[in-house]
Amino acid sequence: MSASTALHIDWTRCRGRGMCTELLTGLGRDEWGYPLVAGGGSDLPIRTHDVEAADDAVALCPVLALSIRPARPTR
Amino acid sequence: MSSTSTPDLARATLGVPRLLTGHGPGYGEHLRALGPLPQRAGLVDEIARSGLTGRGGAAFPTSTKLAAMAPRGVVIGNGSEGEPLSAKDELLLHNRPHLVIDGLLATAHALAARRLHLVVGAASEEPVRRALRERGDADAIEVTVAPDRFVGGEASAVVDLLATGRGLPKDHAVRLTTRGLRGRSTLVQNVETLAHIGLIARVGGERWGAVGVPEDRGTRLFSISGDVAHPGVIEAPGGSSLRSLIAPSSPQPVSAVLVGGYHGAWVGRDALERTVGASSKHGAIPAGAGILVVLGDRSCGLRTAAEIAAYLAAESAGQCGPCVNGLPALADLVSRVADGDRDPRLPAQVERMAGLVEGRGACHHPDGTAKMVRSALVAFADDVAAHQHGFCRAAR
Ligand code: SF4
Ligand code: SF4
Repeated sequence: MSASTALHIDWTRCRGRGMCTELLTGLGRDEWGYPLVAGGGSDLPIRTHDVEAADDAVALCPVLALSIRPARPTR
Repeated sequence: MSSTSTPDLARATLGVPRLLTGHGPGYGEHLRALGPLPQRAGLVDEIARSGLTGRGGAAFPTSTKLAAMAPRGVVIGNGSEGEPLSAKDELLLHNRPHLVIDGLLATAHALAARRLHLVVGAASEEPVRRALRERGDADAIEVTVAPDRFVGGEASAVVDLLATGRGLPKDHAVRLTTRGLRGRSTLVQNVETLAHIGLIARVGGERWGAVGVPEDRGTRLFSISGDVAHPGVIEAPGGSSLRSLIAPSSPQPVSAVLVGGYHGAWVGRDALERTVGASSKHGAIPAGAGILVVLGDRSCGLRTAAEIAAYLAAESAGQCGPCVNGLPALADLVSRVADGDRDPRLPAQVERMAGLVEGRGACHHPDGTAKMVRSALVAFADDVAAHQHGFCRAAR
């Protein structure tokens, strides 16, 4: 079953501080420090056991770059 | 009969060309050719019947976008044309400004929109303002000059330009038609698309769509440049082959063509018989915003691709980390391939870097750049191999 929500990265805000990548196993870091979603793109599908970690990431990102969205990209 | 002042367009069919008809830009000539803009009931349905798709690059069905609009919204005509090799929007705004204005007014009327904007390049400002002064029904249209920037034509950048004066792409959580300029439902439509709507408003969707092919109806403007004797803009019906599109420009013997502009894809000469169309469905090469760059067989495609990649890297709007860092890195790798760096790992590194930037920006600039670069590695695979062995087929 596919996740119904996703953690979305607003790249215009993200400064690559890496807080989120420590909270979520699905996020790596690229060579410049920016979060890297395993399958690529700007949205990490949130699996059930990640819901809390995703909420924490949203709350803790120092530049408010993260948000929870419906899993289907909207554009 | 022949001196009748209002042409009977209701019964006329439209031929090719219909946008680049060659008459002057004045309102008098416009009215003599087409008559006044009728207040057509059911314009949205007519547009759906026409099969019109956006001519700004994304080729989205225009009627779908219109259907997503709420009343009292904003309609923005987008003639900002950030692509340096695109010339069609400027040509249209100089030669047929009234047809574009008609399309904007008709669309706004059909959607009961409250705000009307026309965003144009600096070179088109005067012709557009002159045209607006010539008629009494267009006072509501506000003209704004777009900065000359590659990503400035992106829909969210156009909205940002009107909202803040900056013109930078934005990360949008919802579609602009849901929440755009100052929170209002907003439609951003390319000026060529609007010109077509100006015609549909007169003859109806069916007659407008009588030329072309079922999967790509009507006509489209193409900006043709590169290794050709006669660069310029042409108008062609849907279903045209790449060969027929570039023929009038008298190209040099063709090695490849970049279809769709700097965010487009390189295709080799074996693709000349393929159709250039709205989308890749039915085997067509996507037209994008209608830019065709011809590469003659004496030019090095890898060199050209490297130069474009470097330009695109410099045009990053500087907002998103993966774009800011990844595009220069990608351009650097491509230029090493072009320079004849014989490191065998290079092609794989180009692939990896293209994959690393793709989908990781607020706008499609990284995706488009990655696509252009990837297509170059495929179309110029022989050249990549030659460069790796220390040769360049174009060197002389
Ligand atoms: S915590 Fe915020 S700024 Fe830091 S890497 Fe994650 S999204 Fe970017
Ligand atoms: S992806 Fe690049 S060009 Fe697009 S908004 Fe971000 S930094 Fe600017």
